[in-house]
Amino acid sequence: MNKRFTRILATSIAAAALVGSLGACGKGSASATSDGTSEITMWTHNAGNPEELAAIKSVVDSYNKSGAAKAQIKVQAFPQDSYNDSVVSAAAAGKLPCIVDIDGPNVPNWAWAKYLTPLKLSADLSKNLPSTVAKWEGQTYAVGYYDVALAMLARASDLKAAGVRAATVEKPWTKEEFQDALTKLKALGKWQYPLDMGTAGSGEWLPYAYSPFLQSFGADLINRDGFQSADGTLNGDKAVAWAEWFRGLADQGFMAKKSGKDSTQDFLNNKSGLLYTGSWAADKARTALGKDLVVMPTVDLGNGPKVGGASWQWGVTSGCKNADAAMDYLSYSLKPENLAAVAKATGTIPATDEAAALLPAFAEGGANRIFMEFSRNYAVMRPETPAYPFIATEYGKAVQDILAGADPKTVLDKAVKAIDANIKSNGGYKN
Amino acid sequence: MTTTQLPSRRPAVPATSASPHTPRHRRPGYLREQLSGWGMIAPAAVLLLAFVFLPAILGFGLAFTNARLISPRPVEFVGTDNFARLFADPTFWRALLNVSYFAVVVVPVQSGLALAMALLINKKFRGVNFFRTIYFLPVVTSMVVVSLLWLFMYRKDGLINELLSTFSFGLIQGADWLNDPATAMPAIIALSIWQAAGFHMIIWLAGLQSISGELYEAAQLDGASRWHQFRYVTWPGLKHTRSLVLVTITIQALGLFDQVSVMTQGGPLDSTTTIIYEAVRSGFKQQETSYASAISLVFFVLVLLISAVQRYLTREKD
Repeated sequence: MNKRFTRILATSIAAAALVGSLGACGKGSASATSDGTSEITMWTHNAGNPEELAAIKSVVDSYNKSGAAKAQIKVQAFPQDSYNDSVVSAAAAGKLPCIVDIDGPNVPNWAWAKYLTPLKLSADLSKNLPSTVAKWEGQTYAVGYYDVALAMLARASDLKAAGVRAATVEKPWTKEEFQDALTKLKALGKWQYPLDMGTAGSGEWLPYAYSPFLQSFGADLINRDGFQSADGTLNGDKAVAWAEWFRGLADQGFMAKKSGKDSTQDFLNNKSGLLYTGSWAADKARTALGKDLVVMPTVDLGNGPKVGGASWQWGVTSGCKNADAAMDYLSYSLKPENLAAVAKATGTIPATDEAAALLPAFAEGGANRIFMEFSRNYAVMRPETPAYPFIATEYGKAVQDILAGADPKTVLDKAVKAIDANIKSNGGYKN
Repeated sequence: MTTTQLPSRRPAVPATSASPHTPRHRRPGYLREQLSGWGMIAPAAVLLLAFVFLPAILGFGLAFTNARLISPRPVEFVGTDNFARLFADPTFWRALLNVSYFAVVVVPVQSGLALAMALLINKKFRGVNFFRTIYFLPVVTSMVVVSLLWLFMYRKDGLINELLSTFSFGLIQGADWLNDPATAMPAIIALSIWQAAGFHMIIWLAGLQSISGELYEAAQLDGASRWHQFRYVTWPGLKHTRSLVLVTITIQALGLFDQVSVMTQGGPLDSTTTIIYEAVRSGFKQQETSYASAISLVFFVLVLLISAVQRYLTREKD
């Protein structure tokens, strides 16, 4: 044979073999996931959060080493940004692991898509924070170890200098008081914008942070009676009032239309006087400011202060061949000491009072106890419908357009039209 | 590419002493060459087929269904519903307008700038390689990285506004470039031209160097001015390069996505959204696979039409 030809043939074969083996590789690693043997796989979103991952791993290790373990749990961590995509593509290929991590508001969507199976746990969930138990159509599909809550952070010294009363759980700021507080804080002349609402945020932050204001005005993302239409709810008078109020905060120079990249850091660097953020920022702020830090509830815009409920939670996939072991592990992992360890590592609110009692900051009288009260008293679940991921993108875009100066009614009408069309084209998201 | 000797059927010009009266007779080694040719094409062809053509065909099919990224419902054929919705969507028309605006500015400015840079560095002087490298540097930097850096430069208190303010002695207060619907697209245009001009400079340079030096010598003997040399020697000599640059910049401009995704996410008020950005947003963020496929199909037809028109306009006229 011709030497050149042999060489070409060899190269082609090598290339083909490489492609083939890559394919086989992908298959090999995926097929090890949901078999019915004594090992089951668990996926988590926190590869980029070493503290949380370490806490989860130690829970898994203690389960694996306990004599009662029905299966060995294997943890696979993904970066949060690509986590949902990984699950969706694994589901499309029928290669989901047994246990998955889910962002709370997505649970109905995944349950509807039959990724998840209803939980049958031996653990009692009745004492958990309601926002850590994800239900859809009467079934529990996921349970979380923790929740987070939105709050207003300020410096006591600034409030005093401006002559503004610190808001409390008993007496939160009303809309008028909030307006007054911002006017007085701005008059101090210390900051270009006294308020930082994290308006540079994107993705899930937009509905998470701003739909509670909408709800406090008495409007909502969708009519929760049947979840079939947003008409009249997201574009009614109350929703328009919310949009005008929100836009007004920027127009009056109280907040930037687009805040800085890191709102917490800006607040600590004294670039803003009042920070609207999640409970996760509290520990960092307290370390920096000490006693000067005031944690306040969010504003009551007519229907009481509201915060978004539900953070990352755990569910069992419907294709899991050893669901019994998966349920057993989840029940085990919900022990108070495990919840406390995870909450401590992540700076979040533990799901039960028993776990909170193990953490000085969250125990009765602790510095972070107030977040538990926010969560218990103010939490509103993001609409528990499979349409939520779509609603979230439309609402997020509406928020950005309203801030950029679009007519509120037009923007909200457009969002409603898109949401209603989406629900209709999915047959009402009925099972 | 040119070194690949694909077997060509040229029985009329036999390389060996084979008689022209027996066209069926092939020179020895013909089959082997044929085989090796296919062998060489095979890896690329298989990959292209599996990862470009098949998905494209599937995408065209999906555009006429109600397929979704996540759904327990069976996929149904819905005819042209997706297209009806698309053409009724003001955001789509806005995206089309934005892309046209981008292309109309970027194509002439970027190719002109690239040509000017190529003319500048098509000389022999000390340090020419230094300038070539400098001009080419933005091209080897990833667009995502470039966009992130310019994101900071375009901020209200960013580098660009600081420079404007310093050099105008405080007279000019720059805009909030990316958050103002009027300036967001021009800001993206400027950055895109800066990033990509170097690549087309190299193509122009290759074209310039293929023009024989004798032509310039002859022109000089005839007393042609520098402008006349450019007008009557360089410009006609760049005919083929010109069509290549035109087509590549146009297609690149129509596919605008990276900058928008990193810097503005289509905002403010849809002033920077593009067709590809809308397709990605509907397909992945909103899970509407079929609608995204419809957008892609429309985009494909558009690019095809525009390239065909350009091919026709720049064809060999003989």
